[in-house]
Amino acid sequence: MSARFATRITVIRFLDVHKSYRVDGKDIPALQPFSLDILDGEVFGIIGHSGAGKSTLIRLINLLERPSGGRILIGDTEMTALPEPALRAQRRRIGMIFQHFNLLASQTVADNVAFPLRLAGERDAAKIDARVGELLERVGLAEHAGKYPAQLSGGQKQRVGIARALANRPEILLCDEATSALDPQTTASVLDLLAAINRELKLTIVLITHEMDVVRRICDRVAVLDAGRIVESGTVADVFLHPRHATTRRFVDEALPEEAASALAPLAQVGGRVLRLTFRGATTLSPVLSRVMRESGVDFNLLAGRIDRIKELPYGQLTLTLEGTNADAALASLREAGIEIEELPR
Amino acid sequence: MNPLHSLFPNIDDWGELGRACIDTLLMLGGSLALTVAIGLPLGVLLYLTGRSQLRAMPKLYGVTSLVVNVLRSVPFIILMIVLMPVTYVLVGTKLGVRGAIPPLVIGAAPFFARLVETALREVQQGVIEAAQAMGASTWQIVCHVLLPEARAGLWAGITVTAIALVGYTAMGGAIGSGGLGDLAYRYGYLSYKSDYMVVTVVLLVVLVQLLQMIGDRIVARYKRH
Repeated sequence: MSARFATRITVIRFLDVHKSYRVDGKDIPALQPFSLDILDGEVFGIIGHSGAGKSTLIRLINLLERPSGGRILIGDTEMTALPEPALRAQRRRIGMIFQHFNLLASQTVADNVAFPLRLAGERDAAKIDARVGELLERVGLAEHAGKYPAQLSGGQKQRVGIARALANRPEILLCDEATSALDPQTTASVLDLLAAINRELKLTIVLITHEMDVVRRICDRVAVLDAGRIVESGTVADVFLHPRHATTRRFVDEALPEEAASALAPLAQVGGRVLRLTFRGATTLSPVLSRVMRESGVDFNLLAGRIDRIKELPYGQLTLTLEGTNADAALASLREAGIEIEELPR
Repeated sequence: MNPLHSLFPNIDDWGELGRACIDTLLMLGGSLALTVAIGLPLGVLLYLTGRSQLRAMPKLYGVTSLVVNVLRSVPFIILMIVLMPVTYVLVGTKLGVRGAIPPLVIGAAPFFARLVETALREVQQGVIEAAQAMGASTWQIVCHVLLPEARAGLWAGITVTAIALVGYTAMGGAIGSGGLGDLAYRYGYLSYKSDYMVVTVVLLVVLVQLLQMIGDRIVARYKRH
């Protein structure tokens, strides 16, 4: 996974950025100094609990929030150095969608989507109509053009939000808890739409969320935010399969309750070493485990397991105990086959 | 014999009553138009410069707010007398429909400005943020987001202001501005012709009812979305 982005260009760069708010004469830190690169064409997730600073972080990108220090670059443009009119022009290159959609209640769906075009100075009604039609088609709302937002469901409102955000053909799409107000099914369909847009339009997506499942479904890389600090970041597979920080582990446990430490409590009654095996990609789909066990004559006892996907990457994670004299040799063969092994404390 | 005459024997010039009606409507229409023209930008200014708003300017807000409050706290009848020299300079007379309009506007515009400020505050912060994220300027946000999104509240404010102005025009009658208030005061009160009082009050009630009905209709239409 990491190799996939090694040659990519950075589109968003944070350099020693920090942010604090002045409340009653005191500086309250919201984000500790951090540097971060977001790459061209990736879906980058920022996960954190409420109050961790993720809404502040995403708003730094289009400077809805100004940093207290540090520099923010989009491509070669230093956003933090721009005067107001130039900043407004830059913002048109960055679409944004919101948890509560933030549509104009007084305007129809079509007019909401046309709004950014008109703001950008487009006066040609035929051009606007054509673009709006194309966008509504793209998000599957062509037949709702004349409706008002109040007549739509949450999922439909977010689709209008997405169409609106894409109107000026931005290079970056910011998603501020875009699915947090939606039910699980609608969330899945909105995430599918975002993934398709990322694929087809090659646009970079930055999203913030408090749900690991959102990250798992569509993100390539993720940063974990805890109390204003980025405590962990990397490819989703690395962070998701081998969480290091306690906050990350909590998020993973929330996404996979059956893997949570508490679920392994009956472990005390089982003998042998407790191991967690992680399969990624092709190894997930081949019978490595049974072959190694058969050849080494080691017995295993399966405690917990899961086979799923992280974005397009299939993975498996099994928690098991091993008994037998040949255990070390078996583990060596498994490692050789590309399986990651962690010994769990018991 | 005119049936109205038998009902209201003291009213001998119905034409005068009709003219008074027209004067009241002229005062109302003229002052309402000017009140909106002045109060709307003033309300937008109050909103924008308020605490943690788009163009927060605490000092400017403080001064504007103080002026608005002072003008609102002076009883209209006093304001009218105090403003007489100003009125004379502005429109060349202190009397009649023209003489009534400056004090009416100066009395009502600050009131309307507060209603505008309140209506704009009802617009969701998120919608404004979305417009900012799209690269909208403050002017674009005012014209294309704040005013359209707040239009139900703004029309409710215009309705309330129009009705307040009806009351003010009637008060103006006492010091020579003409209209229905003038008739009620001169004939109904000073000359004990209570028929005048009854007829003018009924006409004013009808006017207020009409304004409220029209206002409610417009507000309901814009509230639907």
